[in-house]
This record gives sequence, C-alpha cells and structure tokens, in this order.
Amino acid sequence: MYDSGKIITGLIIFVVLFTFPFWYNIGSAAYKQPKLELPKDVKECVESKEFMRTEHMQLLNEWRDMVVREHIKDYKSKLTGKEVVMSLTKTCMKCHDNKAKFCDQCHNSLAVSPYCWDCHVAPKGEK
Amino acid sequence: MKAIYSLFLVFALVLIALIGAGGLGLHYFFGVIVPYVAVLFFVVGFILRVVRWGKSPVPFRIPTTAGQEFSLPWIKQNKIDNPSTTLGVVLRMFFEVVLFRSLFRNTKVELYDGPKLAYASSKWLWLFALLFHYSFLTIFVRHMRFFTEPVPALFQWIDKVDGLLQIGAPTLYMTDVVILVALMYLLLRRICVAKIRYISLPADYFPLFLILGIAVSGIMMRYFVKTDVVAIKELTMGLVTFHPTIPESVGTIFYIHVFLVSTLLIYFPISKLMHMGGVFLSPTRNLANNSRMKRHINPWNYPVKVHTYEAYEDEFREKMVEAGLPVEKPLEEQPSESKE
Ligand code: HEC
Ligand code: HEC
Ligand code: HEC
Repeated sequence: MYDSGKIITGLIIFVVLFTFPFWYNIGSAAYKQPKLELPKDVKECVESKEFMRTEHMQLLNEWRDMVVREHIKDYKSKLTGKEVVMSLTKTCMKCHDNKAKFCDQCHNSLAVSPYCWDCHVAPKGEK
Repeated sequence: MKAIYSLFLVFALVLIALIGAGGLGLHYFFGVIVPYVAVLFFVVGFILRVVRWGKSPVPFRIPTTAGQEFSLPWIKQNKIDNPSTTLGVVLRMFFEVVLFRSLFRNTKVELYDGPKLAYASSKWLWLFALLFHYSFLTIFVRHMRFFTEPVPALFQWIDKVDGLLQIGAPTLYMTDVVILVALMYLLLRRICVAKIRYISLPADYFPLFLILGIAVSGIMMRYFVKTDVVAIKELTMGLVTFHPTIPESVGTIFYIHVFLVSTLLIYFPISKLMHMGGVFLSPTRNLANNSRMKRHINPWNYPVKVHTYEAYEDEFREKMVEAGLPVEKPLEEQPSESKE
C-alpha cells in the first residue's frame, strides 16, 4: 500500500468515530427503561397506557390548540368516557405531581427537553 | 425506467421488513441480526475498499490547475487551489471536504440565440448538496441519543438546536425538512434535466430513493405512526452493549426504518457512496503540485537491466578497432598507435 501511514491513520480515526456507541458504553451497566413514579390513588391515565407512552406529546399539542385556538375546554377520554379539563398543569400534573420522578425520567434518558416549563408551572417543590 | 426500477427496489425492501417483522414477527432477525451484520459489513467493507485504493500507485502528480501554479516570483500563485506545499494541500482538502469546493465550480452550458454558447456558474447543486450532507450529518449525530446513557451534553445540545423552531410536539426538527427538500432537489435534477437523466443509472437513483425512504420512515415514526421511543432506546442500547433485547412495544415502523438503514450500510462500501472515503483519496485534490521541485519516481518501476555503451565497448573494443570503428577508450596493447 502506498502512503500507508496516512491512510491507516485515517481509517483508524474513521473506525473509532463510527464505533463510538460501542466503546462509549463499555463498562456501563445494561440500560433499563427509567423507573416511573405512578400516581397511587388512581388506576388510569387519560388514555390507555400504550397510547400515553407513544402519543402524549401529540395529545398535549392537540389540547393546547383546542384550548388556545378553539376555546374548547373539555376532553372526552376514549378510554373511560369521562370528561377531563384540557390543562397541562391542572390535569396532567395533578396526578403526575412529581415531574422529576415521572416526566423527566423518560425525557432525560432521550435528551428531550420540553420547553413547556418556560411558561407553565410544574408542581411545587419540584423542578 | 431506471428511476422506477430503483423506486420499486426500495418499496420491495420496505415490504420485506413489513412482512418479516410486522407479519411474521421476526423481530430478533430484523432488530438484532440484520443491524449487526450491516454494521460489520459496513466497517470491514469500508476498510477493504480504502485499502484497495491505497494499493493503486499514483506515480505522478495530477495538477488539475484550478489556479495559478507556483511559478516565477512575480507571478502570484494561487496557494490553495494549486498548492505546492503540504499546508496548501491541507487547506485545499479542507475546503473540498467541508465546503465542497469542486461543486462550487459547477458550471452550466447553454445555447442561446441559436448557435451562441454560454457558460454560466450554477450553484444550485452545490447548495443542495451542502444542505443534504449537513442535514444527514446532524441527523446521524442526533441519533446518538439512542446509543448513549446518559446522553452527553453535546448531543442534547444538537437536539435542542435542531428543534429550535419549537413547532408542534414533538418539536419539528429543521433537518427533517431540509433533508427532504434537498433530496427532492437532487432527485428532480436527475429526472427533469435531460442531460443528467441521460447519464443517470440505477446506481444513482437507488441511493437517493433509499435515503429518502430512510428519512420518510424516520419522520413517519416521529410524527405520525408513533411507537414507544423508550422501548426503542432499550433495544438500541442492547445492541451497542452486546446484550440484545427485543422489547414488546416496538412498532413495525421501527423495523422498517432499521432495515432500510441496514441496507444503506451494506450498500455503502459497494457503491458510489464510498465517495465519503474516496474524497480523501482523490489524487487531483490531495497531491501538491510540485512536479517541478521534486522528483517523483514511478513506484512500479522495476530495476531495468541496462547495458551501457561503456560496457558494450569493453565487450567489442577489439572487433571495433579491427573494423576501423572509432572507440572512446583505445585498446591497451597499442596505446601509442591509436593516439596518432
Ligand atoms: C387521573 C390521573 C391522571 C391524569 C389526569 C393523567 N395521568 Fe398519566 N397516568 C396516570 C396513571 C394512573 C398512569 C399509569 C397507567 C397504567 O399503568 O396503566 C399514567 C400513565 C401515564 C404515562 C405512561 C407511563 C408508563 O408507565 O409508561 C404517561 C406518559 C402519562 N401518564 C402522561 C400523562 C400526561 C401527558 C397527562 C396529561 C395529558 C396525564 N398523564 C394525565 C394518571 C393520570
Ligand atoms: C410562551 C409560553 C408558553 C409555552 C413555552 C408553552 N405554553 Fe402552553 N400555554 C401558554 C399560555 C399563555 C396558555 C393559555 C392559558 C390560558 O388560556 O389559560 C397556554 C395553554 C396551554 C394549554 C391549555 C391550558 C392549560 O391550562 O394547560 C395546554 C394543554 C398547553 N398550553 C400545553 C403546552 C405544552 C405541551 C407546551 C410545551 C410543548 C406549552 N404549552 C408551552 C403559554 C405557553
Ligand atoms: C414513558 C416515558 C415518558 C413519560 C413518562 C413522559 N414522556 Fe413526554 N416524551 C417521551 C418521549 C420519548 C418523547 C420524545 C419523542 C421523540 O423524541 O420522538 C417525549 C416528548 C414529550 C414532549 C414533546 C417535547 C419536544 O420538545 O419534542 C412533551 C411536551 C412531553 N413529552 C410532555 C410530557 C409530560 C408533561 C410528561 C409528564 C406528565 C411526560 N411527557 C411524560 C416520553 C415520556
């Protein structure tokens, strides 16, 4: 091989960069899904657990649009048929009253940082 | 035709994942085996490709003069476009790799008023190529949030900057839009410009459709066909820590996305996409134009057996003198005679 010094250096840099996830995690404990502190006195969320896990951002976005743009205040749950007030702080955060032990658990793990809390108030005592 | 053929190839890939992972439930195959094989194939294939290139000799400099070469002292050299020093070459490579200097020089030829020929600068290809590549890079780096725990600040930061517009929830990533627009440009350029359509092959359309498929499936997964992202992280972290697990709640859309990415990884070292490594090895960019200062010896020169005139004369001197031919060194027996 010609210029092997330069080419091999380049290849090593490439392989080291590309395999970053493999060597970065050496020695760290196996990843487990974050533990969530669920509300104790209630059994059910606004919608089914599966739906909440995958769609809660969209749901919140819909709620926001409904309230702020359409002036519709109540949301009828497809799961229980009950009506809830569409509110981030007054509904979600009333049951999930510890943001740090619930919302943030998932969000930190996935580098999601909802900007909602720039304006909305998280339950007292927690950040 | 070639475009449609490539498009259907990508559809077929989606269908394979849809049936395999969605219908038959081969989650372990599509979520663990295929990605591992793809990554291995990519890394090994990439290295073999580059080594093979490294083995071909570049016996002389190929100074594609994009500027004034080093010459007489009063003629100003273009030190970056036609470098004669290593520093100049490093700068030229930097502009090539980071800013696509060669594409910036793209020109278009046009006939106007009948027979008049005009050349004009055409920066669109450069612009969209740049947009595409940087979006792709950002998206690639952003995905590291699925492969690290805790996520390093750098990746969190990139994620935040990409979602800066704060449109909707989950927030719209700017790169998602940009990469689609750029890909559409690159695709339409091939389909609509007759001259380029004429020289386009399935190998040109297929990577475009494949990357488009990857982008679309990723965007679908994030905004429309939702799936459990935390479960996905469990799967991806399992892969990189070599403890593969398949959580229940990962949707088929994820397997489609990963299957397309795996295809890209496998396709990469055997296709034109290798220009990622190739750009560093392009002889017209990475060699200093110093042919007139340094002697470059052809590396495949084998030792030629030469028979010099001196040796020839030594061998035949007597016969030459006998025949009356002039010799450079006189015969030793009769030095006085031959001198006079
Ligand atoms: C009536 C109280 C209540 C309200 C209001 C409520 N939740 Fe829940 N939430 C729960 C309970 C209880 C669970 C656990 C459900 C289960 O395990 O089946 C849960 C589960 C969840 C989960 C899934 C967690 C997991 O275990 O994977 C998410 C995400 C979630 N909620 C988000 C929200 C959001 C966002 C809102 C506001 C739109 C909200 N919740 C409003 C009670 C509530
Ligand atoms: C710029 C500040 C700001 C930010 C950031 C913000 N909101 Fe709001 N939000 C408001 C205001 C103001 C209202 C209107 C309150 C009212 O009318 O009572 C509102 C109302 C809402 C409502 C309905 C009313 C209620 O009590 O909750 C929802 C739901 C909501 N926002 C969700 C979100 C979500 C989810 C995010 C993050 C993705 C977010 N908001 C980010 C300012 C903000
Ligand atoms: C089961 C884990 C989980 C829980 C619990 C959870 N989230 Fe999320 N949330 C996510 C994931 C994952 C995303 C990002 C999805 C993506 O990146 O595609 C997200 C995104 C969001 C977003 C959109 C943010 C953005 O900028 O894109 C909002 C708003 C949000 N969550 C609100 C909440 C609130 C409020 C709670 C607590 C009541 C909560 N979430 C609890 C997993 C969770």
